[in-house]
Amino acid sequence: MAVSPATRFTILDDWRLVEVPARIGDGRVWLGPDEAWILAGQGAGPEDVDLADLAASLGRPLALDVPERAAFLGIAAETRGRALASLEAPDFTLPDLDRRPHALSAQRGRKVLLVAYASW
Amino acid sequence: MDLPVWQALYEELRPRGFVVVTVALDRDPEDARPWIERARPSHPTLIDPRHVVADLYHVVNVPTSVWLDETGRIARPQDVAFGTDTFRHVTGLASAPYLAALRAWVTGEVPPLTAAEVRACLSLPTPPDQAARTEFALGRWLFEQGRVEAAARHFDEAGALAPHDFTIRRGTMPMRGIDPMGPAFRSMFEAWREAGQPYYRPLPGP
Repeated sequence: MAVSPATRFTILDDWRLVEVPARIGDGRVWLGPDEAWILAGQGAGPEDVDLADLAASLGRPLALDVPERAAFLGIAAETRGRALASLEAPDFTLPDLDRRPHALSAQRGRKVLLVAYASW
Repeated sequence: MDLPVWQALYEELRPRGFVVVTVALDRDPEDARPWIERARPSHPTLIDPRHVVADLYHVVNVPTSVWLDETGRIARPQDVAFGTDTFRHVTGLASAPYLAALRAWVTGEVPPLTAAEVRACLSLPTPPDQAARTEFALGRWLFEQGRVEAAARHFDEAGALAPHDFTIRRGTMPMRGIDPMGPAFRSMFEAWREAGQPYYRPLPGP
């Protein structure tokens, strides 16, 4: 199997941008143990880790684009489902048209109608 | 677009401890700007091109609303919420009962749903739904980098994983050069209708 020398690879860990050196071969992306540790937050062995295997071991969905040198590590259905079923409203911070950030949690103490809409 | 209705409702019920937070799942703030500026809102009108709220709240179409109580708990799960009857001929949904229920909840005339009732009606994502959101997110990031063709591949993949998710399939049309009101949307809409309109789940009534 031909594996490239280490090249820069972008991983978005639920939008947290992580640039790592990775080796690529056979449509697979191999990370060194230290990079795998950054993503998994747990101890790994001394071996390189296949990014797809790493995502699977974390139970998280992975979108991969080898030619673009980029991947997105998403959030598991179970994680999202558990959060919703707790009925604790998931918090978020988003900008308005003037780029001022607003946190949903700043509305605590009031009843909130949260409406998602779009121009499309 | 119902923003003026939500703004008026906010003005009316604000003294009762009520606020509206609207979130535009648009490609670009400029797509939402004309609608927002026309409504002259004083409530927070937020922009969410990365679909953070769609992911957190499992929103699969627009408009979708969720009610949150004073303690930050979900009081009514994801629901189709129209403030006007503009699309009633398509959806069969009238706005008046919804607005009446919302007023009654805010003023406390009607007891809120119990936690068990809310949980029973919550719509939760499946593994393919989250795989689709992940493909969407990679596509969105590539789109932001100007890598538009690569982005389109991931939007297509996302749509194949969640064929009835309008936020993904219709919401990405403007980023793929497809008219979101055109034939691609109509064929998606027909397929969704033939599948039994999975998005419109009846909730315990107003």
